[in-house]
Amino acid sequence: MSVNTLSLPKRRLPLWWLALPVFLLLFALSLLIGVAELHLTQLGERDLQILLISRLPRTLALVLAGMSLAVAGLLMQMLARNRFVEPSTTGTVECAMLGLLLVTLLAPAMPVMGKMLIASVFALAGSLVFMALLRAVPLHSTVMVPLIGIMFGGVVGAVIAFIAYRLNLMQSVANWTNGDFSAILRGRYELLWIGAALAVIAYLTADRFTVAGMGRDFATNLGLNYRWVLLFGLAIVSMISAVTVVTTGVIPFLGLVVPNVVSLMMGDHLRRSLPWVAIMGAALVLACDILGRLLRYPYEIPIGTVFGVIGSAFFIYLLLRRSEGRS
Amino acid sequence: MIEIRNLSKRYGDSTVIDNVSLDLADAGITAIIGPNGAGKSTLLGMISRLQSIDAGTVHIDGLDITATPSMTLARKLAILRQENQISTRLRVIDLVTFGRYPYCKGRPGPEDLEQVQRALAFLNLDDLAQRFLDTLSGGQRQRAYIAMVLCQDTDYVLLDEPLNNLDMKHAVDIMQLMQRASQAMGKKVIIVLHDINFAACYADDIVALQNGKLAFQGHPEALITADKMKALYDIDMTIERFKGRPIGLYYA
Repeated sequence: MSVNTLSLPKRRLPLWWLALPVFLLLFALSLLIGVAELHLTQLGERDLQILLISRLPRTLALVLAGMSLAVAGLLMQMLARNRFVEPSTTGTVECAMLGLLLVTLLAPAMPVMGKMLIASVFALAGSLVFMALLRAVPLHSTVMVPLIGIMFGGVVGAVIAFIAYRLNLMQSVANWTNGDFSAILRGRYELLWIGAALAVIAYLTADRFTVAGMGRDFATNLGLNYRWVLLFGLAIVSMISAVTVVTTGVIPFLGLVVPNVVSLMMGDHLRRSLPWVAIMGAALVLACDILGRLLRYPYEIPIGTVFGVIGSAFFIYLLLRRSEGRS
Repeated sequence: MIEIRNLSKRYGDSTVIDNVSLDLADAGITAIIGPNGAGKSTLLGMISRLQSIDAGTVHIDGLDITATPSMTLARKLAILRQENQISTRLRVIDLVTFGRYPYCKGRPGPEDLEQVQRALAFLNLDDLAQRFLDTLSGGQRQRAYIAMVLCQDTDYVLLDEPLNNLDMKHAVDIMQLMQRASQAMGKKVIIVLHDINFAACYADDIVALQNGKLAFQGHPEALITADKMKALYDIDMTIERFKGRPIGLYYA
């Protein structure tokens, strides 16, 4: 029998042939749907402006945020060695928000790039605290891990609420937590390309994360510097979280749902599965945003809300399914 | 040759490994035995750089393990610890292929894939190669882990109680495989064993630990005696002979 890894790509190809057209279709739909009328047959100056200033940036922002958040979720799951975590259940997002809030208060004139970097540093610090908590608390159940993260996030969230409430900033904070792409225009989303670049870096170093996902002992045995991989991965996750918080607001549960579906489909060999996580994340976000735009047309439901409903339902399903398999 | 000198490890007030010095010469199979809490796993963990060393040195073929790059050590020695819970969904073949990581950094060439095939065949995993680890039984999974460790193609293979949770047949299978690996492939296998009779039947050299100290070291013939077992385990044992090897009876 000559089964080897080389024979796998052949089976993968048809799936890509299915996924790419679906993705392109959603991309096109996202460009076409909107309140302003668009005449594609006779593209005038105004149509072109709508397309380039509003529609294309929005669609690109959706794709970039979708893929990078899904990849961030996947990395977090590998590094925490738990299927139920993603940046919004580990305190990472809350810490990014805290950083952004503080910089908004203390240095409001700072360019957005600087704000993003400070939010990243806070997010990384938060992720490290989460990892330290995991090590400190004796865990007997995989479900405990996200609970600890959610509690930690809750504490940081309370600090944010306290500061924001006193200083009348509650509205900005609400925007950061609940992804909303309706206000995206050209010039207001480009930071998300950094998130996409980070996702590409994650793909190029995917094997390290797969090995790290096997645990500290396995990784060390294979000659990997576990601590560096952990730090490197958390830095990627933190920056992606910060970039999305600063630009569009995060989409809760996205990083949880997509990697889990892909894992069930094709396992956790990241070099194989990460591109799928990216494209499915993008496609799902596009689909949910289109749904949010159509449900009460011409008004919009923010994507965070649409996805929150779908994602939380799926999260509960996963919890029940996985804990059933355990007992 | 693994040279251990004045090795110590403390957790808080308790000393788990207490000034141990010994040589693991290039015998085929070296068994590490001793009662619970003797420090067997800790010793193995320190030799394999998975646990930090509080005092003392470990040299593997002259390389100081604290000063040698981890990637170099990964081509010299492979370790499989006692509790291996891989929670990610990996196929058996992918897991085994990762055994080649120290050589190919995740981009296996034809030679690497050949090694993978050999390891799979050696552990009878051909039919399970495409299965996910989480769909395997405990014994099958243990075989997959061992295949990965063998695929690493190191001179030294360290196994920490690999027979735990295995039924008798699978335990014997694994020991026979390790014997073949040491005889046919020239591997030096260092294995922590709970059951002294597996050590008596398969080991060429036995290291006995007690309370973090080296109690005895030597050939099973010299070591598996009623007096020594009484001193080590505090239990009365009748020593019989089986296929030319001493066997300890302690069940009643």
